[in-house]
Amino acid sequence: MSDIKVKITDREGVVHELDAPTDMGMNIMELCKAYELPVEGTCGGMAMCASCQCYVNSDHELPEKGDAEEDMLDQAFYVEDNSRLGCQLHITPEMDGLELELAPESDI
Amino acid sequence: MIKTDILIIGAGPVGMFAVFEAGLLKLRCHLIDALAEPGGQCTEIYPKKPIYDIPAYPEILAGDLVKNLAEQIAPFEPTYTLGERADTIEKLDDGTFVVTTNKGTKHNAPVVFIAGGLGSFEPRKPPIKEIVDYEDIGVEYIIKDPELYRDKRVVISGGGDSALDWSIFLADVASEVSLVHRRKDFRGALDSVEKVAELAKSGKINLITDAEVKEIYGKDKVESILIKHKVDGDIIKECDHFIPLFGLSPKLGPIANWGLEIEKNAIIVNNALDYETNIPGIYAIGDVNTYPGKLKLILSGFHEATIAVQFAYNIINPGKRYVMKYTTVNGVTGFDGEKKEAKKAVVKTID
Repeated sequence: MSDIKVKITDREGVVHELDAPTDMGMNIMELCKAYELPVEGTCGGMAMCASCQCYVNSDHELPEKGDAEEDMLDQAFYVEDNSRLGCQLHITPEMDGLELELAPESDI
Repeated sequence: MIKTDILIIGAGPVGMFAVFEAGLLKLRCHLIDALAEPGGQCTEIYPKKPIYDIPAYPEILAGDLVKNLAEQIAPFEPTYTLGERADTIEKLDDGTFVVTTNKGTKHNAPVVFIAGGLGSFEPRKPPIKEIVDYEDIGVEYIIKDPELYRDKRVVISGGGDSALDWSIFLADVASEVSLVHRRKDFRGALDSVEKVAELAKSGKINLITDAEVKEIYGKDKVESILIKHKVDGDIIKECDHFIPLFGLSPKLGPIANWGLEIEKNAIIVNNALDYETNIPGIYAIGDVNTYPGKLKLILSGFHEATIAVQFAYNIINPGKRYVMKYTTVNGVTGFDGEKKEAKKAVVKTID
């Protein structure tokens, strides 16, 4: 079994429990797009736009942020201590049960 | 007025390749791009990063892809308007279009290709509702003329290089400089961070960390702002200018107001035929367009450009017959008359 469950709360508060494959080299941004959740992923996953920002609400131990992610989150809005960029979170078996919430869209 | 056959908006890889396909049909192209160099994202964002899905290139750096494209299209003598953003379009009585840039340069062509990718890069605006009402009356996202701030009270917001560098620069110009940043960490050049720390210590910069600007007040111009501090709570700060410096993000920009059908920041085209938009004569190719099953890949853009050019030919040369030819068979003849072609077989009798 190579699928895990990831719970994602969208901007309307609706919880989506998604089956996420761990064997397709996917990340959380791509997972959201695959399930047509409202995540733009404008930059294509280069940690350059923050449109996939999400808050981590479960206590999973996730890989540390890289420089590019830190840089981007520094320039993004609505950033909290538990903010991550979905495109930098590659789906692994350890993420089973992960709970995320989409950050607000930052465009006015 | 610059005149051409196909006016291409966006000089990324797809716009560049359209020049080649147009050239094969003896059509001339002119490209407009807001960036200072051709290549789009490949040049601006990831020139040193490899691409693995360009057919026949197991691996190619984005910068090299652009270099090769420039070489490939050189025989067709593309011309450019760089560093200017296409702002408005109008249709003339003769059916041709006039596209004007933000600097007033006018371009005239019977066919327009929009190859704008993600759009043009615009300053990222912080999520403060009333911020748009104060633009140019105290809120500036880009510092054009530092003299504007002489002897004024300025609040800069952001934690990157531009926020740091401008805080340092304006410390000698403005009467008061405050730098507001959400965290204590600054991710800029070490020199700049140290310099800001030094100026903060000597009182030349009012450094406010762990804080964000949340509201703007003022009657006809910026008079004060509300800073939310993690520990101290709300602080009202009187100032003449608020300069948020949060980098750039891509926006479809003025093209969004051209009357084109748009869905999710992309231009809807007819993918069953020619990649034309809802306005006849305007095509959209590459990442900027959308249709069912769209893939935002450079290789898809190359295909779209090739198809669109065939239909542009019909608009530019109504009724004139033409069939697609193979470059291997016919070679490539540049606009200077120089021809590249396969070597002729040598005929020699063996006695």
